[in-house]
Amino acid sequence: MNGSLDVIKKKKIQMTLVLLILLLCTMGTSMLTDFSFADGFASVPGTIVWMTTNLIPGAEAFENLSKILSKLWETIVLSIISTTTAGVIALFFALLGSKTTKVNQPFALLARLVASVFRNIPAVAWALVLVISFGHNVVTGYFALFFTTFGFLVRAFIETIDEASVESVEALNATGATYFQMVFRGVIPESLPQMVSWLFFMIDTNIRNATLVGLLTGTGIGYLFDMYYKRLDYGTVGLITICIIAIVIAIEFISNKVRRLIL
Amino acid sequence: MPQVLTEERIVSTQEPASTRIREQGKTILKVQDLFKSYNRNTPVLQNIQMELEQGEFVSIIGPSGAGKSTLLRCINRMIDPTNGSILFDDVEMANLNKTDLRKQRTKIGMVFQHYNLVSRLTVFENVLHGRFGYKSTLHGVFSLFTEEEKKLALTILDKLGMKEFAYKRCDQLSGGQKQRVGIARALVQQPKLLLCDEPIASLDPNSSKVIMDHLKDISETMGITVLVNLHQVDVALKYSDRVIGLNKGRIVYEGVPEKLSNMAIRDIYGSEVEDLILE
Repeated sequence: MNGSLDVIKKKKIQMTLVLLILLLCTMGTSMLTDFSFADGFASVPGTIVWMTTNLIPGAEAFENLSKILSKLWETIVLSIISTTTAGVIALFFALLGSKTTKVNQPFALLARLVASVFRNIPAVAWALVLVISFGHNVVTGYFALFFTTFGFLVRAFIETIDEASVESVEALNATGATYFQMVFRGVIPESLPQMVSWLFFMIDTNIRNATLVGLLTGTGIGYLFDMYYKRLDYGTVGLITICIIAIVIAIEFISNKVRRLIL
Repeated sequence: MPQVLTEERIVSTQEPASTRIREQGKTILKVQDLFKSYNRNTPVLQNIQMELEQGEFVSIIGPSGAGKSTLLRCINRMIDPTNGSILFDDVEMANLNKTDLRKQRTKIGMVFQHYNLVSRLTVFENVLHGRFGYKSTLHGVFSLFTEEEKKLALTILDKLGMKEFAYKRCDQLSGGQKQRVGIARALVQQPKLLLCDEPIASLDPNSSKVIMDHLKDISETMGITVLVNLHQVDVALKYSDRVIGLNKGRIVYEGVPEKLSNMAIRDIYGSEVEDLILE
């Protein structure tokens, strides 16, 4: 009886201690950084007022709508192209890197290493580096998106292949199938739904990435956003943001429909 | 080698005094001194000696972790044995290269506990996968099967009662139906040996009986040797010509079902009969 009471008491003391430490840390750090919760909260109403007066697009903002839409279209197309091409090449590397379909261990490690390198460099970094070689145009944007998508998709595809196809690979190997028969007739049909899901996910992500990449490469919707922001034309900035949100929602809706059809 | 046909009186629990004609003297599988371990200390299989004749129905029983699945997979070299010889159809399996191994694997069909089908493809396509070992890579990748192969697949599906499901996607089937597709895929290889790794472990009693009846029929009418891993001792006793008991990687019993005494069961499972659910 005593033993169980002690355990509960101990837990309560532990919880209190943890909360106290957290509180002290928060207070300590906010003093160090001159951050004041009170000031922060106090400025919220003012921010909301500013946002509603400045960011809500007025009539002049709508004059720029056609420009915005054409740039948005450019961004969407760029995102789709970079995702699909990256997907095809990623599939090749994923087949080399996955436990179930690997050809030999050195290639498998190489494939995973390449993917890791490409995945961990953010799109922004790629854009900055590539702008020096390719200049401010769509090609730079394409490559920046391509490399990050490629890195991510190799890892995603490797996990898909490892998870979905283990059993069918075992069965096909037991019948005496060759490597390519096993890949094209076993691995790919089994992994296809999950891989298509990843592709749609990356298209979504790339449209959002393209905004930032466009800022640096002077293409697409990011460029427009930056331009109007620097001109202090906040109404158009708000309009651009609304358009981007609308497009992302639309793409998600379409991808759900397509996924249901394919699967 | 002259083949002697003898009539043997075999007392089975199903039909008393049944007779069966068996081709004696044709050893289809001979396992000698098989040894498998993943590290120095714990061997998974030790000193396995086993001989199977053409057309026999043999069950392997034993507790979990005894090495039943490993033993089965060593036979077609899905797992490579550490030591020992596996003579299948007069060919030593241990040192084959990739191409020869594939050729030998076409003569060994395998049925899995979780069916291992390509669930997004149809029953017909899955069954035809069994012919991949006989086809070139190009023909296999583009699914170019001959008319005879397709007819064979349909005949086998008909025999297993799955013909009307031929164009259904495999993820729409029940467990018993999926296992029959798995068996059909193994049969379309026209194998000499059928390895079954716990084929009824995931099935309800009804489907289990259907599957075991089909396997028994295959061994009796098609002359294919059937080697089955089973958890259920009563099923093993009911269907097998011979039973092999495995415990901790060693064979502790080998003989006809009638001779499986309570003491032998204790040797295999390490517990008294009263502490086991046997049927």
